[in-house]
Amino acid sequence: MKLITAIIKPGKLDEVKGALRDAGVKGMTVSEVSGVGRQGGHVEVYRGAEYPIDLIQKIRLEILAENKEVDSVIDIIVKTASTGAIGDGKVWVTPVDQVVRVRTGEKGEAAI
Amino acid sequence: MSEVTISAGDTSWVLASSALVLLMTPGLAFFYGGMVRAKSALNMMMMSMVTIGVVSVLWVMYGFKLAFGYEADSPWYGSFSLSGLGDAVNELTNNGGVYPIPLLVFASFQLMFAIITPALISGAIADRAKFISWTLFVAIWVTLVYFPIAHWVFAFGNKVGDTVTGAGFLAARGVEDFAGGTAVHINAGAAGLALAIVLGRRIGWQKSPMRPHSLPLVLLGAGLLWFGWFGFNAGSALGANATAGLAFINTQVATAGALLGWILTEKFRDGHPTSLGAASGAISGLVAITPACAFVAPWAAVVIGFLAGVICALAVGLKYKFGFDDALDVVGVHLFGGIVGSLAIGFFGSSKVNSLGLDGLFYGGGMTLLGKQALGVGLVMTYSFVMTLIIGFAIEKTIGFRVKSEKELAGVDLTEHAESAYEMGGILRGGR
Repeated sequence: MKLITAIIKPGKLDEVKGALRDAGVKGMTVSEVSGVGRQGGHVEVYRGAEYPIDLIQKIRLEILAENKEVDSVIDIIVKTASTGAIGDGKVWVTPVDQVVRVRTGEKGEAAI
Repeated sequence: MSEVTISAGDTSWVLASSALVLLMTPGLAFFYGGMVRAKSALNMMMMSMVTIGVVSVLWVMYGFKLAFGYEADSPWYGSFSLSGLGDAVNELTNNGGVYPIPLLVFASFQLMFAIITPALISGAIADRAKFISWTLFVAIWVTLVYFPIAHWVFAFGNKVGDTVTGAGFLAARGVEDFAGGTAVHINAGAAGLALAIVLGRRIGWQKSPMRPHSLPLVLLGAGLLWFGWFGFNAGSALGANATAGLAFINTQVATAGALLGWILTEKFRDGHPTSLGAASGAISGLVAITPACAFVAPWAAVVIGFLAGVICALAVGLKYKFGFDDALDVVGVHLFGGIVGSLAIGFFGSSKVNSLGLDGLFYGGGMTLLGKQALGVGLVMTYSFVMTLIIGFAIEKTIGFRVKSEKELAGVDLTEHAESAYEMGGILRGGR
């Protein structure tokens, strides 16, 4: 079992979510996050005074997947989240030791 | 002929009304601003605010004369000259007869109408317009569309003795539009449809949810619009008199009827009466009663309002059927509301409540008035739609009207104005 974590642009969430749902991914956790990376921030101006905002808002997706699904899920995220511009995000995969479904107590892949 | 002197009562009321009508544009900014997503709330409000700037300056330069100048004696436009308001400080208003109010008071009152009309259009192109292009559009549009149409509808000509010169085409034909059902609302609605076509659909339209980010702001805006609208309608009597009283009560009860009509429609169709529905219903009633407010009895105002509420609640669904992204329903509310109100005069018009008006179909007047009203509706709608398409495409093909897709996704508040609407004190955003 793997945990797939993806950082994407906020405007891409609906598209990615839809594509994953169409591919049969049943669950995910979505959070609003801020971070710095290669994209750099933007500058806001209030009465002529500049306020550099270097933290950029992103969306973090977390998906638990069976080993055999991992590559196709990554594929879908990379394809749909891409705009070709700097700041499209990242996807990484970490191993998961155990998953338990709270309601039933099921363990392992049955709990995904 | 006795000399007409300034009436303090009439002048006071029209001055107060002018300020009321000005307030409608910031009110509209809140109404529209609350309806878009948080990332474009400021841009939405700025599209209204900049209209106040642009139109006021053009009005004092040449706009007033282009709408209300009578020297050219044309039914289609006023006169091509500077407004010259500084030379008219001591003149009285002559608009199909002399009113005991200074010309500059009339000019101020009419200016506020010229401001809000283009501002209404902005709702159709939420989230995706280049601000500089919108500003340019407003300047061209009021010059080629609003000022001439205001002349057609609101300019009753310079009356000296029995001779009238320079009356507008529709005004001279007895088309009844008391406060701007055709000149303001049908005009803005048709223009909104044209611009929605020019700019195209927003990225993700009908796929991703584009929910209103603040319904309390929408309700605040609706309240300010309702309040200001008493100046719009009752002020159009250009005096503190019985006609103003009739327009005032009709404005109130038609709006009440429309509010109920819209939320009842929602209750039966969707199961829940909504706050956005109540706000939209109120506006649809205000729109519909605008042309009719001084020509119908209060019971008829309630019926017109209720009909407008129901019809507009249904009309806002048309954009999904025809696939045009009129983001904030300028077509569904202003075009349809304006048509309902303008045509309703042909049925409910009563010479008993206003001796200057004709009797409609229900008062034994036959089809005459309805025919006139249909002429006004058709002419204004067609001219506004075609001209706006031309102006819109001209801007799109030259400097571009729509922002680039990455700017649209990031939000036009940041990319067009370098600001964000809400700083809630989060540490991450550098505040507290």
